[in-house]
Amino acid sequence: MSVDTKTDWEAVIGMEVHVQLATRSKMFCGCSTDYLGQPPNTHTCPVCLGLPGSLPVINRRAVELLLTSAMALNCEVQEFTKFDRKNYFYPDLPKGYQVSQYDLPMSRHGWIEVGGKRVRITRVHLEEDTGKLVHAGDALQSAETSFVDLNRSGTPLMEIVSEPDLRSATEARDFAVELRALLRTIGASEADMEKGHLRAEANVSIRPHGSDELGVKTELKNINSFRALQRAVDFELRRQAEVLESGGKVVQETRGWSEPEQRTFSQRTKEFAQDYRYFPEPDLPPLSFERAHLDALAKELPELPAARRARLVARHGLSAYDAALLTAEAELATLFEQVVGHGAEAKPAANWIIGEILPAYSGSLPAAGGFAALVKGIAAGTFNREQGRTILGRLLDGAGFEEASAGLSQLSDQGELAAIVDRVLVENPKIVADYRANPSAIGPLVGLVMKASGGTANPGLARELLKDRLDR
Amino acid sequence: MTLSRDQVRHVALLARLGLKDGEEDFYAEQLSHILEHIDRLGQVDTEAIPPTAQVVEMRNVMRDDVIQPSLTQEEALANAPEARDGFFVVKAIQDADPG
Repeated sequence: MSVDTKTDWEAVIGMEVHVQLATRSKMFCGCSTDYLGQPPNTHTCPVCLGLPGSLPVINRRAVELLLTSAMALNCEVQEFTKFDRKNYFYPDLPKGYQVSQYDLPMSRHGWIEVGGKRVRITRVHLEEDTGKLVHAGDALQSAETSFVDLNRSGTPLMEIVSEPDLRSATEARDFAVELRALLRTIGASEADMEKGHLRAEANVSIRPHGSDELGVKTELKNINSFRALQRAVDFELRRQAEVLESGGKVVQETRGWSEPEQRTFSQRTKEFAQDYRYFPEPDLPPLSFERAHLDALAKELPELPAARRARLVARHGLSAYDAALLTAEAELATLFEQVVGHGAEAKPAANWIIGEILPAYSGSLPAAGGFAALVKGIAAGTFNREQGRTILGRLLDGAGFEEASAGLSQLSDQGELAAIVDRVLVENPKIVADYRANPSAIGPLVGLVMKASGGTANPGLARELLKDRLDR
Repeated sequence: MTLSRDQVRHVALLARLGLKDGEEDFYAEQLSHILEHIDRLGQVDTEAIPPTAQVVEMRNVMRDDVIQPSLTQEEALANAPEARDGFFVVKAIQDADPG
């Protein structure tokens, strides 16, 4: 544990992740799940409003997406499964119960590989999402009232519970990143944390190193990004260590993460234990799965991120780190393979994707053919790096390669470039003198040549010509 | 089995029922009678009967993932005691989501 405390504490972290499944309609009714940004309460019906007399019917696609996810997580799919009612009162839950799964979840006992380590998955089950409470940010809302939007009510939700196998905030984050890549690869969910498709909660406790007892845990909620997950867990580990070292006790409670304050805060309210009084959902007949059906679904599984990473390393000679960056966004790994398929070299292709596309990636990619031509052009010395960036920007705007690269080529003509180099040397005697004292001062001279050439000079050749003249 | 007053209070709280003075004893006795009645079912020999959560002999009743029309916002809010700007209005909730 990377925390500066007196005792050597070990972090013990388990995850509970809720994932909205990528179905078109809701879990138990035909209302559309495409409600993001839509006016409140426009995607509801008697079933998801919880009106008396309405009856739910299971969405087959949601079940199949859950089974596929469970298989990708190496879980044992249970042949017989049923739904249960989880009873509690809250305004975002119109029926007074959530349809979930209690003692016979759809799958159990899986694992996912995170950074070379197996993290055990306890169970993966299917349930329905709640509506949304609007607490603040609305001028019309007073301190006495909250607003309820039931558009989200009844959206298919997969709950994934891990064993407490994670040992640091970084591992917790890596777990969520890996899960997201996996779910996107199999098409189970868009898994966008900021849009609430993937909601991660961390159960966090600490214990002295070497102990095999579990400490008192807190449950962290309100986490809206991978970065927030890492910071929330880090903060909580430190807080618990401070509590214990000052002679206090960690209280088992739910704590929210405050992004503005960068700290966790207690959300404990009433002092009674949760009592959900689960019982079998009488309105939904149970499900049983035929072996042949499960085998057919397993056969349809695409290559999973772990296998893809291994292949990128083995076949294309990428580092494990680069392969992980590419596979975290499946589309980027696909672009990489297409570009290599178009004859570009693997390493520069990976570098350009990771260095120039990934940092601002929000779903738009250049066409593989044009991008491959760009990578090849840079390798061949036709374009310098700056020109490459310009061309990439045009490709991302939808231009074809011919159009994007029109008028751009690197000045590699010895004679022409030598003339510019000579002029720069004559005009900048002071920098030349600096270079004589300290040869690393060649950088500014290369910069001046680039500038004098209008950004077209081949920087490697410019450097060579400069050195050749200076060291003569 | 006899229910204690505390148990009655707990059940009432879970069901969000307000009890007046004296009603705890009343319901403790009434609910205890119901439980005694249910206990008599325990005398039935169920050795050869598999556990069952469902009385209908149905399995795998599912629908295709097809969108059906939803209610309009006006229809959805028609029975709401209070609504504003397209939302249901409830008393302020500030505590943690219990789910």
